[in-house]
Amino acid sequence: MSPQFRASVHTATVRGTTAVDVIVEVDIGNGLPAFIIVGLADAAVLEARDRVRSAIRACGFDFPSARIVVNLAPAPLRKHGTGFDLPIAAAILVATRQVPESVAHHHLVGELSLEGHVRGVPGLLSHALAARSADRDMLVPAEAIDRVHAVAGLNARPIRILADLRAPNQEHVLQKRTSLTAKKHALDLDEVVGHEAAKRALEIAAAGSHNLLLVGPPGSGKTMLARRLGSLLPSLDDSERLEAAVIHDIAGCDSTSILAGERPFRAPHHSSSLAGLVGGGTPPRPGEISLAHHGVLFLDELPEFAPGALQSLRQPLEDGEVTLVRADGRIRYPAQFMLVASANPCPCGFLGDPERRCTCPASSIGRYQNRIGGPLMDRIDIAVRMNRIDPARLLARQDCEGSIHVHDRIGTAREFAFAHGRLATRSLIGNDLLAACKLEASERQLLAAHAKRHHLSGRGVTRLLRVARTIADLARSERVTADAVDEAVGLRITTP
Amino acid sequence: MTTGELGRKGEDAAAAYLERTGMSIVERNWSCKSGEVDIVAIDESDLVFVEVKTRRSDKAGSPEDAVAKSKQTRYVRIARAYLAHTGLIDQAVRFDVIAIMPIADDRALLRHHRGAFDAS
Repeated sequence: MSPQFRASVHTATVRGTTAVDVIVEVDIGNGLPAFIIVGLADAAVLEARDRVRSAIRACGFDFPSARIVVNLAPAPLRKHGTGFDLPIAAAILVATRQVPESVAHHHLVGELSLEGHVRGVPGLLSHALAARSADRDMLVPAEAIDRVHAVAGLNARPIRILADLRAPNQEHVLQKRTSLTAKKHALDLDEVVGHEAAKRALEIAAAGSHNLLLVGPPGSGKTMLARRLGSLLPSLDDSERLEAAVIHDIAGCDSTSILAGERPFRAPHHSSSLAGLVGGGTPPRPGEISLAHHGVLFLDELPEFAPGALQSLRQPLEDGEVTLVRADGRIRYPAQFMLVASANPCPCGFLGDPERRCTCPASSIGRYQNRIGGPLMDRIDIAVRMNRIDPARLLARQDCEGSIHVHDRIGTAREFAFAHGRLATRSLIGNDLLAACKLEASERQLLAAHAKRHHLSGRGVTRLLRVARTIADLARSERVTADAVDEAVGLRITTP
Repeated sequence: MTTGELGRKGEDAAAAYLERTGMSIVERNWSCKSGEVDIVAIDESDLVFVEVKTRRSDKAGSPEDAVAKSKQTRYVRIARAYLAHTGLIDQAVRFDVIAIMPIADDRALLRHHRGAFDAS
């Protein structure tokens, strides 16, 4: 092969939640035959060599016996994943004139099987967004094409097998699928008997996305109640849906329910590692708190979590995102979630129970409660005590209010807040918060007295006011009344 | 027949086969300080380095298995030396392996692997 053969193809690598443009350059020339990949590629990218070679031959193309140098530019950017298989193979085929040159004008990503079948990779949705903002058509692995439907205005064509590159001119432009209707939730609040105070707390928490802690003995229904939160929350709007789906897609999790508008509900086990919870690893992966973005993070048996893991939640709870600092830069994952936690009041679980006596020594109760830690407790807006329900009451059939009614009240409260110019009550601060509450002098005094009696921190007072604001939203009241302040105080201060 | 004689006979058979397929033999047993290459041939525009491997049976694995990674690396080094020696700079190069297993005194199975390995 005497003339020089060159080509370049567009792809991207995912960093954080965005796909950063990468150009795959191929130079095929004389010299000792070799297949070399340069440009900070990780082991999975280097393995592309064997998959690409087999796939090209299996699809009836010639694999050039020459010196093939593949450069992934920009060179200083670290590249990872198996999505480079398709762009590398395409660049080799374009350079050797085995497929039309128009292939190089597309955004390409996908893993190749040895027979040349194109497979989807994590982060496909981020690629689709990058392709759209670069105004480039995208060839999407056919098996994963459902995942990019949510990206409006993307010009995408499915590719099933590498041989499809021979005829890239048949246009299959995908239209955005009209919004899907969320299916009815399987778990409904009408299955929970009693617990009126806890249900009210759940409603307030859901209306304002406040952080909630449920405390009670084993079997009192904490988990049962928390799992029904999904049926109370309004559906994701279009931008929230896309943001949440992108994170799920990067983590390789199924995003079907997210794309249908259902809010994520993540319930990691208490043995979860710190990296699993807040994100991390090599290459970096979003953690449970980011998978719960725009949804609920449910931590069952909160004191059983590793103290380090719990304390790492403090910064994301405040900032709504988590920042991982690496030698080659920072990576941000959004993490705006509503924290719902459950805890036993003591190791045996029966402290404060009207019927059963707690058998824990005083020292172990203190140690147990301290595991959560003051700074994290300070970020919990609503704490509510749940007692075991009298079995006679459980067995007598009764009609409880269904989720749909509570769902509607929450929706109305959120609309009321929105109509008054508040997008997120949970993140109001300082003067904005005071202006939204329209406190009168008497209520200000009442609040000050509560704060002094219960030794509330500045953050504590702010959080208390936000809850009061949400209570007023539920009552469709323009100002925060004394009743709302009293109820908010009652929801924040609990004795075991 | 000693192992050496068997190897020599295999190389003769391989050279005859290559010429029959239209390649022209440039060198036999070309050696430098890195080692020896069995056959250097020209196939159209490619310069081909051929390793011939002859085995009496496949009890110890097939003949191709004997061309391990270390042997490939040595071949690449010899090829570099050959290109430098002959002054060929911009030349397309290929590495082939020919595996031979005799089944009778005058008959053998022959397998030709074009582009069996590369320098990466």
